[in-house]
Amino acid sequence: MSVSSVFPQLEQLLPLVSKPIQYVGGELGAVVKDWDATTVRWALMYPDAYEVGLPNQGVQILYEVLNEQPDVLAERTYSVWPDLEALMKAAGVPQFTVDAHRPVKAFDVLGISFATELGYTNMFSALDLAGIPLESRERTIDDPIVLAGGHASFNPEPIADFIDAAVLGDGEEAVLEITGIIRDWKAEGRPGGRDELLLRLARTESIYVPRFYDVDYLPDGRIQRVVPNRPDVPFRVSKRTTMDLDAWPYPKKPLVPLAETVHERYAVEIFRGCTRGCRFCQAGMITRPVRERSITTVGQMVKEGLEFSGYSEVGLLSLSSADHSEIGDMCSGLAQQYADSNVSLSLPSTRVDAFNIDLAKELSRNGRRTGLTFAPEGGSERIRKVINKMVTKEDLIRTVVTAYSNGWRQVKLYFMCGLPTETDEDVLEIADMAHEVIRAGREAAGTKDIRCTVSIGAFVPKAHTPFQWAKMDTPEVIDGRLKLLKQAINSDRSLGRAIGFRYHDGEPSLIEGLLSRGDRRVGQVLLRVWEKGGRFDGWSEHFNYARWVEAATEVLPGFGVDLDWYTTREREEAEVLPWDHLDSGLDKDWLWQDWQDSTTEFEQDDCRWTPCFDCGVCPSMDTEIQIGPTGKKLLPLTPVNGLRVPA
Amino acid sequence: MQRIRLRYAKRGPLRFTSHRDFARAFERALRRAAVPIAFSQGFTPHPKISYASAAPTGVGSEAEYLEIGLNAVVDPEQLRVALDAALSPGLDVLEAVVAGEGSLAERIDASRWRLELFQIEPEAARAAVAAFLEAPEVLVERMTKQGLRSFDARAAVVGCMVEAEPDLPSGAGGVPCAIIDLVVRQVIPSVRPDDVLSGLRVVAGLEPPVPPRVTRLAQGTLTEQGEIVDPLEADREGVGIGGH
Repeated sequence: MSVSSVFPQLEQLLPLVSKPIQYVGGELGAVVKDWDATTVRWALMYPDAYEVGLPNQGVQILYEVLNEQPDVLAERTYSVWPDLEALMKAAGVPQFTVDAHRPVKAFDVLGISFATELGYTNMFSALDLAGIPLESRERTIDDPIVLAGGHASFNPEPIADFIDAAVLGDGEEAVLEITGIIRDWKAEGRPGGRDELLLRLARTESIYVPRFYDVDYLPDGRIQRVVPNRPDVPFRVSKRTTMDLDAWPYPKKPLVPLAETVHERYAVEIFRGCTRGCRFCQAGMITRPVRERSITTVGQMVKEGLEFSGYSEVGLLSLSSADHSEIGDMCSGLAQQYADSNVSLSLPSTRVDAFNIDLAKELSRNGRRTGLTFAPEGGSERIRKVINKMVTKEDLIRTVVTAYSNGWRQVKLYFMCGLPTETDEDVLEIADMAHEVIRAGREAAGTKDIRCTVSIGAFVPKAHTPFQWAKMDTPEVIDGRLKLLKQAINSDRSLGRAIGFRYHDGEPSLIEGLLSRGDRRVGQVLLRVWEKGGRFDGWSEHFNYARWVEAATEVLPGFGVDLDWYTTREREEAEVLPWDHLDSGLDKDWLWQDWQDSTTEFEQDDCRWTPCFDCGVCPSMDTEIQIGPTGKKLLPLTPVNGLRVPA
Repeated sequence: MQRIRLRYAKRGPLRFTSHRDFARAFERALRRAAVPIAFSQGFTPHPKISYASAAPTGVGSEAEYLEIGLNAVVDPEQLRVALDAALSPGLDVLEAVVAGEGSLAERIDASRWRLELFQIEPEAARAAVAAFLEAPEVLVERMTKQGLRSFDARAAVVGCMVEAEPDLPSGAGGVPCAIIDLVVRQVIPSVRPDDVLSGLRVVAGLEPPVPPRVTRLAQGTLTEQGEIVDPLEADREGVGIGGH
């Protein structure tokens, strides 16, 4: 049965909404296939506005990997803003893909990438608009499989009742395996219906199907156990790891939007994973081991990506980009290749040391200078030992001063507030550090005209990290400390004038904390919040703390727990955590030991240059560290002669 | 420096491209097609592109114009083909000519628009247009960045008529559809097709139940006979390259 475009109906609504271009598609790199010529069809969703979702690397990679398969069709869908949502509901226009404006309900899979838990409420809006039942158990064979991915899917328990399945970890190979399972099941005439398909997915042992697991609770509200409710599904579900990034050089044809988006650049992941061991960092814990993309593959991807997209900015992405074993040659090689162009190169997520300034100087050789950002994360040396962010105050001052004396006039410093064991004093040291930075920077730069921005947000404990047992501070404590910090920064007027202060208050972080370590009972809070109008909770102008507290107060006491129980309560070693049956490879005993080490300020080194410290990932996932150097260099590019007619 | 003038179209769904969106896409297209675009001097060099007045977001156009400055001489038709391929389908480069004397802006003082009013009987539209044309002044309101402002939509209208035997748009099947042919002079504050539609509501209560679809058909110099002269005509005659 063919599926027709909803664009004729949508078109009549678009003149009435803001930024209609975001709903139109037409990006370079977009693929529109003949529906009837394909057998397995994916709708990929990023559950936020188009301007945030379009640049998402994960969605772009899977979109391309899937569409390269001749019999597979993949299209994209994003959250629609409330103005269009209201019009669509009134006019009966369903949630649609932007590629060919097909109704999402017609696809085999709706894959949703959750980078953050605050996207959960937007999932409900999309399902509701799509005409797909919100609860998994109410869906029929005519509904898509609702599949969660992204970092938040390492604890998908709060959305367990609403998704059909979740994939933990890298998606490149997982989407192809899932495609194969669906292809076979459809070819066989869909035997056993939806249940059989989900069972086949679960039997891979790396796709989590929540309905096949029961959760029992203790009288005090803690989880007693999570066990399979049928014999042929695994007790634990493992994460996916894509090895050899050179074999997966995506995106090759990045999506280039007409609408303005948060990132307008060709982004290439120079490596995946991080073993720096920052104890708060979920990304670093769940993406191990480090797998580098080689300098030559990066060079090739940048060249082809720029030619394809016409972008003038390149981002070399990873969790700590200066740690690539060939980062020096990579930066100087790329800087050389693009010296006479208007292409700017940027290296986000770098560590605090002078080597970074050298790299930044190299990258700004053609005069295009991007900002410098450092993330000491903790204000005092003590707290930095607690979180395992090994940087001394002297290092930081020296690095920033080097930046100022090399011509930078503005640096940004990122911090967190509410870290385990933190006191007011730890946070107030940020003010001393910022004052010192400006004082030394003015001397080094020989001018008073320098600035530094202190940006600070509240710490949120995440699943699969050493801090998964930690208590959160209340929003009152967080906001109080931020207020003290602001006063301390401005206590010296001359220095304070040169320091910008940006912060996120504690309330949204507390809710993020509820969701990041929540269990299935929290799902009812989510649903209640959405019913009360909760949408776009990652946006401060849409987030409504009172609505969340109200929903939590209505729902949670029925289970004998409350908001504090999930957020400001420290867990004990023996407690069964909601995600214990989901295997990130990290040994729970190692995580516990690292948590204990943090409170004694014991630091953990990086396994790339010290012996393995047995976090457990490589042996349990059968993976290994993949790093260079390869010893290869980037060669000069041959200049283009004449016009190029893009295919 | 070689200067080239382009005519391009915004068609179908891509009519929702705003001018800023188009400008970003066009700069990327220049890089995709390896066009030897000239840059301004100074601390932040900008590519040499100047746009003639752009159609509003949501309005289609067959007649948008811009001029670019190049560091090398290129064949206008090869440039047209390369840029057209470098832009998304729906943003279509229709013509490229080497720029002659003067500027594009001084050759453009009026536009012709086609307004498709779905679910409106042509007779009703005809009566509204007649009332509009008879009025000496039609005050309409529009929300601008400065707030709600009121201005005359009548004086700038050079011609407005409901087509007798229209080419009905696809999708209109079965329902009545009135097609208005509208010629408006460029004035300050500008009078746009939606202002004329507001005017029809003001004078005759004409309110299309669905948003009308509007397309700019032509821009150029207004003759005394009310015709619009293609702004690239002088360039084509002067240099003799490109064109239809």
